[in-house]
Amino acid sequence: MAPPARVAPDARAAHAPVGGRPPWPGRRARARLLVGATLALALAPLAKMALDLYLGRLGANPIEAILDRLGFWTLTLLTLSLVPTPAHELLGLSWPVRIRRTLGLFAFSYATLHLLWYVGVDQLLDLELLVQDVVKRRFMTVGFAAWLLLVPLAVTSTDGWVRRLGYARWKRLHRLVYAAAALGAVHFVWRVKADLRRPSIFLAALAVLLLARLVPRAAARRVRAALGR
Amino acid sequence: MARFKPDLKEGEVTPEALYLRRREFLALGAAGAASMLLPGCAKADPQPTGATLQVARRVEKAGGEAPTPWSAVTSYNNFYELGTEKSDPAQNAGTLRPRPWTVSIEGEVKRPRRVAIDDLLRAFPLEERIYRMRCVEAWSMVIPWVGFPLADLVRQAEPTSRAKYVAFQTLLDPEQLPGQRRHVLEWPYVEALRIDEAVHPLALLAVGLYGRVLPGQNGAPVRLVVPWKYGFKGAKSIVAIRFQEERPRTTWNLEAPSEYGFYANVNPEVDHPRWSQARERRIGEFTRRRTLPFNGYADEVASLYAGMDLRKEF
Repeated sequence: MAPPARVAPDARAAHAPVGGRPPWPGRRARARLLVGATLALALAPLAKMALDLYLGRLGANPIEAILDRLGFWTLTLLTLSLVPTPAHELLGLSWPVRIRRTLGLFAFSYATLHLLWYVGVDQLLDLELLVQDVVKRRFMTVGFAAWLLLVPLAVTSTDGWVRRLGYARWKRLHRLVYAAAALGAVHFVWRVKADLRRPSIFLAALAVLLLARLVPRAAARRVRAALGR
Repeated sequence: MARFKPDLKEGEVTPEALYLRRREFLALGAAGAASMLLPGCAKADPQPTGATLQVARRVEKAGGEAPTPWSAVTSYNNFYELGTEKSDPAQNAGTLRPRPWTVSIEGEVKRPRRVAIDDLLRAFPLEERIYRMRCVEAWSMVIPWVGFPLADLVRQAEPTSRAKYVAFQTLLDPEQLPGQRRHVLEWPYVEALRIDEAVHPLALLAVGLYGRVLPGQNGAPVRLVVPWKYGFKGAKSIVAIRFQEERPRTTWNLEAPSEYGFYANVNPEVDHPRWSQARERRIGEFTRRRTLPFNGYADEVASLYAGMDLRKEF
């Protein structure tokens, strides 16, 4: 026997437009499409890297080029994963919230690839040097710490973990992402020798996204109302 | 290299032991290539371009290692005046006009003068010098420079007894060097040597690369090459060579004194605050190799620094 439908058939019928199914995809299909598109977009930089590596288009130092690109996309995705919450609270947009987890998990994946590439390919598992890196060099320490902070967030990213921890505690834990993003941006600042243009873009974006979270609820409601949402 | 007369001295020839291990190097290179770079490397490497320079002599100072390909030497550059990405200088070098060009030899010298670049090229016999180049960023190349010993120019200028240092200044012209429109570093770029370093026979004023006129991205028309020091000591596109008593304020040292010392001698034991200097990646190779003190030129230059604490004077 088929499980009982959550929505009563007549209720669903009440929402159905006259003339049967609409030509555009349904809500669930749209959600799947959204996550699928995010997936594809988040994988595109990786595909581009593989292609450029294969075609020898990464310049004279491809190992460094890949390392830099993985770092860049980690920060980009991490920063993007901070957009949905204020977008929802300030602008009343809900669809970004649906891709927040995907963005966060991809940020973690790029961060992990970045770390593995450094350890395994750039430094060829020179463990002594890697320990020195983390202990002696603040530039490396903050980068590694940023990755470390992302680990529990990736592990507890599932619906099951949200239930197990309770939403309030889960939310508190996931505020670690601010620290991770800030450390990541500092890691980038310390990476460049003199030209701070690109790292400053991340720092500025981060500042805006954090400040947006400090807007009081009432003010946010007024903004939403003004936007008609 | 067929255009050079073979007049290598015995000591300059690759040692037989190394020569006999050449297959190992090939195998290492092949392993690296096969693992990741095969399709990229399969393309024929672009040949050197530009006007050829007549070379009187060839000095091989890279332990017989093959030079880094022309394409890599001319496409992977740190020349912030032409952009801060490695690929920027090659793309932006078109704005730099290396002719006409005048170099001012000034300061504590008996014969200060302004000399046109082509006269400078004729003033001293040009040599090819194959040197290792170790960047402070832990990568390295083997580069066949064309130039003349800096010592020749210093002697001709007749420094006075007050000339303790020699400073090299890069062109300041945001039209030709658009990177100077932004205040990334203190422009113009200045580097300097102690006078005894400047007259060391290894110190070179380079005007060419691979037997050709120096490309813009490599510091046309004339640049400094000091093979036992980190690459940033090699000021590019030089317009002034100034002799002075006090130590010049050098650009990277001003920017970050804890990271870039005045001497900047290649030293595997003094780490950069952000990375180790113990190893380096030779461009084109997959693995890292050990960095040698003074970039492998210790026998020739270590005596310049006798009695100095090289951890403090880095």
